[in-house]
Amino acid sequence: MNEKAHRYLTLFLTTLEISAFTFGGGYVIIPLMRKTFVGKLKWIEDGEMLDLAAIAQSSPGPIAVNAAILVGYKSGGVPGALLSILGAVLPPLVIISVISAFYQAFRSNRYVSLCMNAMSAGVAAVVIDVVISMVGDVLKMKRVLPVAMLIITFILVQFFNVNIMIMILVAGFVGYLDYLFSRRKAS
Amino acid sequence: MIYLELLWSFFQIGLFSIGGGYAAMPLIQHQAIDIHGWLTMQSFSDIMTISQMTPGPIAINAATFVGIQVAGVPGALVATFGCVLPSSIIVTILAFIYYRFKGLDAVQSVLKGLRPAVVAMIATAGLSLMAMAFCGTDTFTGDINVENVILFVIALFILRKWKLNPILVMLGTGVAGLIIGVV
Repeated sequence: MNEKAHRYLTLFLTTLEISAFTFGGGYVIIPLMRKTFVGKLKWIEDGEMLDLAAIAQSSPGPIAVNAAILVGYKSGGVPGALLSILGAVLPPLVIISVISAFYQAFRSNRYVSLCMNAMSAGVAAVVIDVVISMVGDVLKMKRVLPVAMLIITFILVQFFNVNIMIMILVAGFVGYLDYLFSRRKAS
Repeated sequence: MIYLELLWSFFQIGLFSIGGGYAAMPLIQHQAIDIHGWLTMQSFSDIMTISQMTPGPIAINAATFVGIQVAGVPGALVATFGCVLPSSIIVTILAFIYYRFKGLDAVQSVLKGLRPAVVAMIATAGLSLMAMAFCGTDTFTGDINVENVILFVIALFILRKWKLNPILVMLGTGVAGLIIGVV
């Protein structure tokens, strides 16, 4: 096998492996990628990996997919990016496909149903736990604007059913104005 | 056409979920339950539960699950494709800007401005999940499932106090529910 094909294969298998064994979402995947692509394969430098992580987190979409695109592009150009997207997406696609094939049958089973219904309390607790930590981070900024944005957005979405995509655009715009304003004040 | 609807819906989910995993939740709820009725609140809660315990981003898991339920394996492929399409385009552009101008100041400040709003939206999705666990609907109306309220309080306490792995906490509630139901 020539060297280029070998590199593509390694890229695909590596992203596949990272995606298949990463529980706990996007924030966990970046340290793992760093370990593999910076430490083991040495395809990316450490400082650059930090920047790629920042881009992955600033972009829309799943962090794991974003990070895979960047690492793939850096290691093998556009074909590399496509291969690593495939590697990142394939494990959840296969696992959830298998689960959904059996979902209806499983869900109507009495014991599975008991289990799943109780786990809905568990997943609610997990999400509320994350929300409490995130609200804490917003409060720690010790600024009026973020706290006001948090409260206003919550009220509008929860009680007035305002479209969340519009809210995101508005909040992004407010963030940008705030940035311009603080920059002018600094200079 | 169902494939185009799936593609467009999950394209929007991919485009507007900014800040990782949980940010996709309120969008999935909005698109798949409120607009299209592809999921019930119960199956939404189920897929969130399954997502916590399997690898892979919540949005991709939801895309696959919804796609299969609505239009089989081709539906899953189309929805997943729609979900990663905005990432592919925007990440490439941002990477280009980054390497060209060595700075994403404006982008990152917009992201910072978004953060509180995203947190608020995740909170609303979290409340829907709570309502589903307590009352079996997405609003807090009707009979309250006292066992689930107790399980929720215990689980949240354990998560806050000891920062135990969420997968273990959820498995714990599942086993507890099974025992309560059988006994």
